[in-house]
Amino acid sequence: MGLLLSYSLRNLAARRMTAAFTVIGMGLVVFVFAAVLMLAHGLERTLVSTGSSDNIIVTREAATSETVSILGRDQAGVVKTEPEIAVGPDAKALTASEIVVLISASKRSNGDAANVVIRGTGPEAFTLRQDIKLKAGRMFAPGTSEVVAGRSVAKNFEGCGLGENVRFAGRVWNVVGVFDAGGSGFDSELWGDAEQVQQAFRRPIFSSVTARLRDPGSFDAMKRRLEADPRLTVEVEREREYYEKQSRATASFIRVIGLAVTILFSMGAMIGAMITMYAAVASRTTEIATLRALGFTRFTVLRVFLAEAFLLGTLGGVLGLVAASFLSLVSVSTTNWDTFSELAFSFSVSPGIIIGSLIFAVLMGVIGGFLPAVRAARADIVNSLRKA
Amino acid sequence: MNILRLVFLNALRHKLRTALTIMGIAVAVLAFGLLRTVIGAWYTGVASAAPDRLVSRSKISITFTLPIAQKEKIARVPGVEGVTFGTWFGGVYKDPKNFFAQVAIEGPVTFAFFPEILVDPEAVKTFGAERNAAIVGSALAERFGWKVGDTVRLVGTIYPGDWDFVIRGIYRGRDEATDVGTFYFNWNTIEQRMAQESPGRMGQIGWWIIKIDDPARAATISKAVDTEFDNSSDETLTETEAAFQQSFVAMAGTIIVSLQIISVLIVGVILLVAANTMAMTARERLSEYAVLKTLGFGAGHILGLIAGESLMIAGLGGVLGVLLLFPAVEGVAQGLKAWFPAFPVDPATFVLAAVAAFVVGALAAVFPAWRAMKVSIVDGLRRID
Amino acid sequence: MAENVIEVKEVEKTYYRDRMPIPVLRGLSLAVPEGDFVALMGPSGSGKTTLLNLIAGIDRPDKGRIIVAGTDLGTLPEGQLAKWRSRHIGFVFQFYNLLPVLTASGNVELPLLLTKLSKKERRDHVRAALELVGLGDRMSHSPRQLSGGQEQRVAIARALVTDPTVIVADEPTGDLDKQSATEILDLLGRLNKEFHKTVVMVTHDPRAAERARVVHHLDKGELD
Repeated sequence: MGLLLSYSLRNLAARRMTAAFTVIGMGLVVFVFAAVLMLAHGLERTLVSTGSSDNIIVTREAATSETVSILGRDQAGVVKTEPEIAVGPDAKALTASEIVVLISASKRSNGDAANVVIRGTGPEAFTLRQDIKLKAGRMFAPGTSEVVAGRSVAKNFEGCGLGENVRFAGRVWNVVGVFDAGGSGFDSELWGDAEQVQQAFRRPIFSSVTARLRDPGSFDAMKRRLEADPRLTVEVEREREYYEKQSRATASFIRVIGLAVTILFSMGAMIGAMITMYAAVASRTTEIATLRALGFTRFTVLRVFLAEAFLLGTLGGVLGLVAASFLSLVSVSTTNWDTFSELAFSFSVSPGIIIGSLIFAVLMGVIGGFLPAVRAARADIVNSLRKA
Repeated sequence: MNILRLVFLNALRHKLRTALTIMGIAVAVLAFGLLRTVIGAWYTGVASAAPDRLVSRSKISITFTLPIAQKEKIARVPGVEGVTFGTWFGGVYKDPKNFFAQVAIEGPVTFAFFPEILVDPEAVKTFGAERNAAIVGSALAERFGWKVGDTVRLVGTIYPGDWDFVIRGIYRGRDEATDVGTFYFNWNTIEQRMAQESPGRMGQIGWWIIKIDDPARAATISKAVDTEFDNSSDETLTETEAAFQQSFVAMAGTIIVSLQIISVLIVGVILLVAANTMAMTARERLSEYAVLKTLGFGAGHILGLIAGESLMIAGLGGVLGVLLLFPAVEGVAQGLKAWFPAFPVDPATFVLAAVAAFVVGALAAVFPAWRAMKVSIVDGLRRID
Repeated sequence: MAENVIEVKEVEKTYYRDRMPIPVLRGLSLAVPEGDFVALMGPSGSGKTTLLNLIAGIDRPDKGRIIVAGTDLGTLPEGQLAKWRSRHIGFVFQFYNLLPVLTASGNVELPLLLTKLSKKERRDHVRAALELVGLGDRMSHSPRQLSGGQEQRVAIARALVTDPTVIVADEPTGDLDKQSATEILDLLGRLNKEFHKTVVMVTHDPRAAERARVVHHLDKGELD
């Protein structure tokens, strides 16, 4: 088989141009295939990493996002005193009652308006979310119109950089710090003092209460009790799961469109592979007959041509993946339709995507090469030799 | 006989290869057309926007409501012919996957602002008389198999609780671009529930819909409306309906740009398939081209032969692809109806698909033709087979 | 005899194979009077086909001049040389080189597409040429349906249909059986005698060479 494989390789090399066209074609398809999956995966990963599995988040029942959730101060107060909640070094319960609203802001790139999340919170926000670090400037001072910006917001929106100011809800807000949330959804938010945000937007309510659990195992019991509490109309979820859900509509949209396109796309590339392989078979009728005359079986001939198609597919797959891997350096932002707010994220590759793309590429090659290989295997020895 | 006949006969020489190439091009043209249609679907809102309608929303963001009290002031602004409003309901029908737009409107009067919505006047009358009546778009009704008289339960996300509505009418669109996927009901339904449950949320609406007398004065009137509420606690941002719709399109900017890039890459794949075929074909026929040159045919003739064949194949592929586009759009519309209310095929798509096929046909011929023209007769003749 | 229709003066031509120079013609001179029938003989690699190609204007010499039908071929740019060929040269190949997709009459009509003849005139010319080569009844056969000898006769019809000044033939009988070869040689002889065409033929076959009025032997790029 080793000799036959090198025979296939040499044949591809001999038909360099045609083979190159086919490989590039399949490479393009794999590139798009991988890119779409990387985009959806990047979006999901961003939102999954937005939460911690030790934290819970309490919102109003049936509210699909924090923006539409309303909790009265009294309700927030009830949640905060639950016994399962961990206590910080300062002996206070590790919770944050937060108000989340959307403002319309202009993108630096083209001036288009997009919705940005304003989270009214307190210093607890950082204690609860250990991964988030201020990377420039300082924390907002309570009782002032100061905000800190997630790094994506700081980069992408007018007036949201360190030292700049942004106007909303009838006030001018100074950006005094920029924080890094490690590529999670919080990077796409502005954080300010909860009371100031409530006053400015005239919404004396909270959107959610986030709390650290003493023991993550106590989640189920707490969830059951709180959701049954007659004083409350709330839903309790693990923070990670809550944010993960918010990637569903947009990620599935990207997948549906992307995969529909790639499937069509791949048919084009398969046809390209088929053309190349048919030509390879046609131009080697004599060779094939000679091999058969030497005693090679039809099955071996079939294998030789399938191996060639397999090589074409693999090369295309590797080419497409290499090109797509450069996309992980690209950060994009789009409106997340689940929350209606702008979310920055990166193309993100996973082992599943790599394997999937390679399988996809090999399938394209082998399916494209199958019929031609069958034709080669079925060629009649005597006739083929005479034609020469 | 003429040269064209030779082109035609040449294309038929490798029937399988030609057929495969035509299929490849057709599939790619189809994918290209589909993508363009999907991109276009985003813009249907913009395309169907009436020039004489303005939309006014909270300056903070669309998620903030405005007080009903603003209506009187807006109506008094010179140039304003009428004011009505809509409010986003955001309820869930059975499963969040079944997303569709639900808008609470002022009442039957609102339909008068939308001449593109075609609905039975009797249904509108009932809509005004019954508190929980709904009028729904034909695409929506078809999607869930709703008929007039059916009761639909929505679970509120913004306005909590279960909400039951009875479908009293199904509206159609005046043209293809009209959104026929919205669920309309009376704003009073919300108002009455809020009166009992959270009186603080009463008297709030989502956005004003303003009909103006002269589209040319849209900018002036918008400014006048906004000035009315400057420095109030509910500042407004007023713009034409088209600009309002465009702002939603802009939110999906990245996705649209990606789709556009992909549609260009698709043309690249068509090109590779076609160029591959033409390169093979031209290589096989180098000796024939040499013979033609010996007979006195010039480089131009050779170019014509190769480009003619390439264009013919690309053209056939293009036509086939466009013919497949209609059923394919139907299929995609089924899959994406949760996201897009309407899926009109833009006539420009046909033109672009034709242009793409032509460009591909021409480009695919360039390299093989260049080679065939350049190879000396002596070299060409030597390569028999 | 008449004036020289072909004059080859001091022609040199070198080919390169894998960058190795292979001199093919070394200062060769030759003159062919109008109406002559010349056979070029010689072993493989002697340069006879190269000389033929140069005369037919499908190749160019490195040095020296080639004057055919009163035109110095070196002065013509590529496009005009093509036009000149269509007017003055009828080429017969060893392997016939008919276009497989066209019928016999289609193949013969090809060079006429470069003229200003009307459709009807073209059809008449094609019929006359095919009848001359004895294939008046095979007009709409495709090359695949013809025997080798018949294919070559179609090729000769194609070469003469434009009424060229010179007919050049590169081993026209090289791929044919004895019977067909004789027919082809008879045909070339007739063209020379009855139609006063100048014929230049490369051949290996001594019996073919016998038909010629003059036989030139080439060896290592020079005339013996």
